[in-house]
Amino acid sequence: MVKSKSSFEKDFERLEEIALKLESGDITLEESLKLFEEGVIISKRLIETLNQAELKVNQLKRELNGMIKKTKLENNDEEER
Amino acid sequence: MVDKTKIYSVSEINREIKIHLESTFDNITVVGEISNFKAYQSGHWYFTLKDENSQISCVMWRGLNAFVFFTPQDGMKVIVTGRINVYEPRGSYQIEISTMKPLGVGELQIAFEALKRKLAAEGLFDERFKKPIPKIPSSIGIVTSIDSAALRDVLAVIRRRFPVVEIVLAHTSVQGEGASQEISNALDLMNEYGEVDVIILCRGGGSLEDLWAFNEEVTARAIFRSKIPIVTGIGHEVDFTIADFVADLRAATPTAAAEIVTPRIEQLIEQLSKYDDSLYKLIIDFLKRRKENLIHQLRSYSFVLPESLLNNNQQKFDFAIFRFNQSIQKFLNDKKQILTKLSNTINMSDPKLTLSKGFAIVRQNDKVISRKTLFSKEYSTEIEFYDGKVKING
Repeated sequence: MVKSKSSFEKDFERLEEIALKLESGDITLEESLKLFEEGVIISKRLIETLNQAELKVNQLKRELNGMIKKTKLENNDEEER
Repeated sequence: MVDKTKIYSVSEINREIKIHLESTFDNITVVGEISNFKAYQSGHWYFTLKDENSQISCVMWRGLNAFVFFTPQDGMKVIVTGRINVYEPRGSYQIEISTMKPLGVGELQIAFEALKRKLAAEGLFDERFKKPIPKIPSSIGIVTSIDSAALRDVLAVIRRRFPVVEIVLAHTSVQGEGASQEISNALDLMNEYGEVDVIILCRGGGSLEDLWAFNEEVTARAIFRSKIPIVTGIGHEVDFTIADFVADLRAATPTAAAEIVTPRIEQLIEQLSKYDDSLYKLIIDFLKRRKENLIHQLRSYSFVLPESLLNNNQQKFDFAIFRFNQSIQKFLNDKKQILTKLSNTINMSDPKLTLSKGFAIVRQNDKVISRKTLFSKEYSTEIEFYDGKVKING
């Protein structure tokens, strides 16, 4: 159930891996182009995600039947300003 | 008052004593040291209060002991209020306690040290159990009180530094009666939910009493069994709690905890654009190397390889270049064109080219004489041809 790594971290690690492989040159031409394209796609996606940043705040509660319920928490922090 | 002539049965005398004691001692305050403390499954507490010379049995019922903010331990000096209760069938009496407080802060410190020793001996603080804290979390769990300043601070920091994550809050009271059990439940709830990368367990500053819930065994055990890494930010810089020792990482304050679990978004974006640039650089380098290799191969083996195979390779390479050119930024090509033009211009203006056609350069005093009016017969003259120089004295 518990994730070992976040998707962000995985993306970053993949980018690093791609850069390393390209640097090593120990791959075929086809592979290099595929890696390059993948790297550009990942970095574009990450930058887009980072630019669209908006904090989501939820609250966990256990309901009477024992189930876990996640609800959006109204952002009182922003309202105070 | 007492009938000296009356002969009492055991029941009768115990009844009389009960009435007498319970009405006389219906509201008492007693100081003593706890010993033989037992918390029964039923939720009631039984123990003895003692001093150097004497002791008295005590009971604290479940409903009332829920309001005690700490777990009593043998050896702790406490101050209790309550009333005397006589158990008739046994002719025994005890204090029925309604409130209990540690006699002083020193008592809490003793309890703190005792629990710390116990848990350390069990290995709960061992480095080998510490889980790594993710560098870039997608989701952050927060266990604290929903209307606390600590939560507001933590959210403000995360919003400023890394507003990309999802925050999942599990509310708990963080001080007073039952707080440690609530904290433990909230941590368990977070683990059962499971979809967070890291948990911040935090509380703002306060007295040792205020922070006591984080010094309870229940809290420590819940932190230890968490599968998700936990960063604590409890109280101020100087406050160390048992929870801090068990946690995977201790931050000095709630704000510091929030900073530890979040990268700065500007930094990430900067890092990413660097990756972007270096990807282009890397692929160009890679293609250059491949091209050199290929040319080398073609040169050395062309005479033994069938022409079709050669063409095949060439085609593969051309196709790759084509795809590469499609995806590469336009400015790179522009730069290349500018460079080509510049180098052509430079090549064209090479004076050697002109000299080879039969022109010569005339110099006097190391200056180029380009006009008749600049020429003087008095000075020596140097003429540069394509293949060498001649000197004529003036």
